[in-house]
Amino acid sequence: MAWLVKGARLLDPARGIDRTGDLLVDGGKIVRVGGEIRADGEPATIEAKGCVLAPAFVDMHVHLREPGREDAETIESGTRAAAAGGFGAIACMPNTDPPLDSQGAIRFVLERAEEAGPVQVLPIGCITAGRRGERLAEIGDLVRAGAAAISDDGSWVESPLLMRRALEYARMFDIPVVTHAEDKRLSAGGVMHEGEMSLHLGLRGIPAESEVVAIERDVRLAELAEGRLHVAHVSTAEGVAVVRRAKERGLAVTAETAPHYLALTDRCLAGYDTNRKVNPPLRTAADRDALRGAVADGVIDAIATDHAPHPLHEKEVEFDAAPFGVVGLETALAVLLTYLVRAGHLPLPRLVECLTSAPAKILGLDLPGLAEGADASLVLFDPEGSWVVDPSRFESLSRNTPFAGERLFGEIKALFLGPKRIVPRPKSGGGFLFPDEEAR
Amino acid sequence: MKLARKDLLGLEGAAREEIELILNTAGAFKEVLQRKIPKVPTLRGKTAVNLFFEASTRTRVSFELAEKRLSADSVSIAKAMSSAEKGETLLDTVRNLQAMKIDFLIVRHSAAGAPHFLASRLEAAVINAGDGAHEHPTQGLLDLFTVRERFGSFEGLRVVIVGDVLHSRVARSNVFGLRTVGARVTLCAPRTFLPKGIEALGVEVETDVDRAIEGADVVMVLRIQKERQDGCFLPTLREYAALFGINRKRADRLKPGCLIMHPGPINRGVEIEPEVADGPRSVILDQVTNGVAVRMAVIYLLSGGEVEHGVVG
Ligand SMILES: [Zn+2]
Repeated sequence: MAWLVKGARLLDPARGIDRTGDLLVDGGKIVRVGGEIRADGEPATIEAKGCVLAPAFVDMHVHLREPGREDAETIESGTRAAAAGGFGAIACMPNTDPPLDSQGAIRFVLERAEEAGPVQVLPIGCITAGRRGERLAEIGDLVRAGAAAISDDGSWVESPLLMRRALEYARMFDIPVVTHAEDKRLSAGGVMHEGEMSLHLGLRGIPAESEVVAIERDVRLAELAEGRLHVAHVSTAEGVAVVRRAKERGLAVTAETAPHYLALTDRCLAGYDTNRKVNPPLRTAADRDALRGAVADGVIDAIATDHAPHPLHEKEVEFDAAPFGVVGLETALAVLLTYLVRAGHLPLPRLVECLTSAPAKILGLDLPGLAEGADASLVLFDPEGSWVVDPSRFESLSRNTPFAGERLFGEIKALFLGPKRIVPRPKSGGGFLFPDEEAR
Repeated sequence: MKLARKDLLGLEGAAREEIELILNTAGAFKEVLQRKIPKVPTLRGKTAVNLFFEASTRTRVSFELAEKRLSADSVSIAKAMSSAEKGETLLDTVRNLQAMKIDFLIVRHSAAGAPHFLASRLEAAVINAGDGAHEHPTQGLLDLFTVRERFGSFEGLRVVIVGDVLHSRVARSNVFGLRTVGARVTLCAPRTFLPKGIEALGVEVETDVDRAIEGADVVMVLRIQKERQDGCFLPTLREYAALFGINRKRADRLKPGCLIMHPGPINRGVEIEPEVADGPRSVILDQVTNGVAVRMAVIYLLSGGEVEHGVVG
């Protein structure tokens, strides 16, 4: 099956491509890029004026909940949500039940993902056995089974010695050690950012320092171990400053943040809405602004959703009792376009880079991109298409979004993954997510 | 004048006129309480539920009496634990209460925001009887009432709140209320009990209790939870009593007419010495009496009641 995309803005920052033109996909490969293409045969033609055609997005931080919490999300529903959000590859975190700390667990995820559909799933293995922070997991085994990175996400590796060893050991496999930078002894049971808002709301606060001191320590250890450190979900201005200094000193340190930290602040917790309870917590406007700046200037390499599905009944409780986390796959692009690009804080090419080549590089993932002969892995979106977030229409099994009811700009039109084209159901109307064409 | 709100969840953001309306109405009800039969038929046929997820005999009895004196039907439910851990969720609770068609829900919960959760999903009027470390608005109002009863107004008054401000919903409600009606507020506590940036609430902060209470018109003493003595917030209660306790020596140096208040229950010998708690400056028992009148006023006004010429229905 062949498709001809006509008149799109072809955008692949990693290859320096940003121009209007056509693109032809045939047999799961990109046949031609750019200019006006007249194809032999009769390819399905997609009029894409005003739309952007870019490499399919890569999300390096997703929670799929399977195994263990299939009521919140499954590998199948999570990959459908990913496709609906324009993602062609996602990395899933190992804090499942049981955790992904064995070859068997990694293989299970890869097999399920294979059955589920065309979205590529890159499992992340544990740093420590059982995520207990006591001894290293069999990292070599995990990598051989297909783990793309290691992380104890949800917990920080408290022992500095163990973290040093993890950074040293992971060097043998050239994978990043992804740190959930939070000293929980300093968070002390907090449920939101510590500051003026927590003071008003009477909720226990998590100081910015619980993140900052953890990043600072991990950077020091990465230097000592000469290892590769990736800092997950940076939420504070000071955290950014630590990462910036590490990069200036030439250390192999990378970082990500999530759309909600770039869009929202702790002020939006005024009504105790548990769908805005995340960890790390939403911070102040100054933190958000620093994160925006750091994404723009590259100190923060990538944007990842930290998609954290929780069933409704677990969020419909008092704020203290609710679990941390928001879903993000299906709103990420629109949130980022609305709050960053349209608001003038970030040029579109840099946003696309944050969602494609930057995370791919950190994960060691070969991103095909807009190159002739490459496997088709492309997303087509209309940056002006607006829609109102209606959680009941999510592909994800969970609905815990902080953006419910908001009008956002940016609509995914299609995803080309190898021989498949996926057309998400329109956000504004009925329909269904379906792979509309199969390979011959 | 009517109170144009469905619920009373906190004093933050309450208008001065609203607070004054409640205090004036409470004044009228205090008169009622002095009658031979201290009861009015105002809320006959209305139903109130007192839902206490956290034990508090004093506040619960105060609300129950207020409801009975207004002739409302009332039920009290004590829930041993935070809901989520015990099976029934707060949402189940809301659904059940909604189905029973109640008019008032008075709720005490250990989680900040729990009354807001209920209020946003219930048609009944919700009164916050204390939520976590957030607010305890009727306590704040009864404190204000007690202060105004003695001084006539709040203009130029200097109120000092001493104790565990960080964990205290009483302190928050009092700060919001007192600032709104025009009093000056000083908070005095060990640094570990002072939320960072508390000055933003328009209060003064002092860590030397002797300096703080000098020239004060009112000293509000907060309860120190014994479990704070874990070496993290306080070295020992003994040291707290020495540094911050309101003992006789300190009480003797207060300016004439200065009131000493405490929301109860008292840890005698820790935050306040028995002789001071029972001494001539103490209005601790007046606070308890006034609590009933203030709660009657709040329930009455939330039911849509009006005050005309100081006469209460
Ligand atoms: Zn994390």
